[in-house]
Amino acid sequence: MENTNEMQLIFDSRSSNESFARVTVAAFMTSLNPTVEEVSDVKTAVSEAVTNAIIHGYENEVHDIFIRCRTLERSLYIEIEDKGKGIEDVEAAMEPLFTTKPDLDRSGMGFSFMEAFMDELKVESEPGKGTVVRMKKIIGKGRKLWTVQSL
Amino acid sequence: MKYQVQENCLTIFLPKELDHHNAEEIRREADYVIERSHIRYIIFDFEETKFCDSSGIGVIMGRYKRIYMLGGEVCAVHTNERMKKMLTMSGVTKIMQIYEEEN
Repeated sequence: MENTNEMQLIFDSRSSNESFARVTVAAFMTSLNPTVEEVSDVKTAVSEAVTNAIIHGYENEVHDIFIRCRTLERSLYIEIEDKGKGIEDVEAAMEPLFTTKPDLDRSGMGFSFMEAFMDELKVESEPGKGTVVRMKKIIGKGRKLWTVQSL
Repeated sequence: MKYQVQENCLTIFLPKELDHHNAEEIRREADYVIERSHIRYIIFDFEETKFCDSSGIGVIMGRYKRIYMLGGEVCAVHTNERMKKMLTMSGVTKIMQIYEEEN
């Protein structure tokens, strides 16, 4: 298929890898010519999902986190998966300010930020099996298309 | 954590990227300083901060709760447009004043 590109990333669930994960996804999306704002949106969303996997999915144990990215036309698709403890009630978890760990200064804004900064957000989770966060971001939405003519 | 204490006011110079990884250190060190130096006011300086996520918001909310209990206040300075958006979206601006740059 034309205009598609894919990449996969597997890394340890260490908090030091959070910046690695979001910077890698940001680098991958550059082929879509995103604005600085769009890159920031995606970086924040990736950071939220990866942080969730580390703190809640694996509860600070070190296991694998999987990121799968795909670009198709002007859209970026991201899947972030952990094989951790899963979420009992996904709907409740996605409510703003909901958190199971208020003692750790969790703001409960993770899913709200993902929802606000991305165009689509789906969360699939099974207790004991893990969680997959699927997100989509349309790049250049509402922006005039710049056509570059080949010389 | 880079910080400065002037009497009972603590200024925290936030790092370039305020995520879960960095937030942990700031939480620990800030709480230590708050207790030791009898802090009542915290200024979060976003001068260098280009990236912030919900973990960063969590640190601010957590410090606010502590300081509020002690009868103090928190505020933010040098916030760029992105940071203002994040702070407004999360509702932190209801509890924390953002001061514009004084020229």
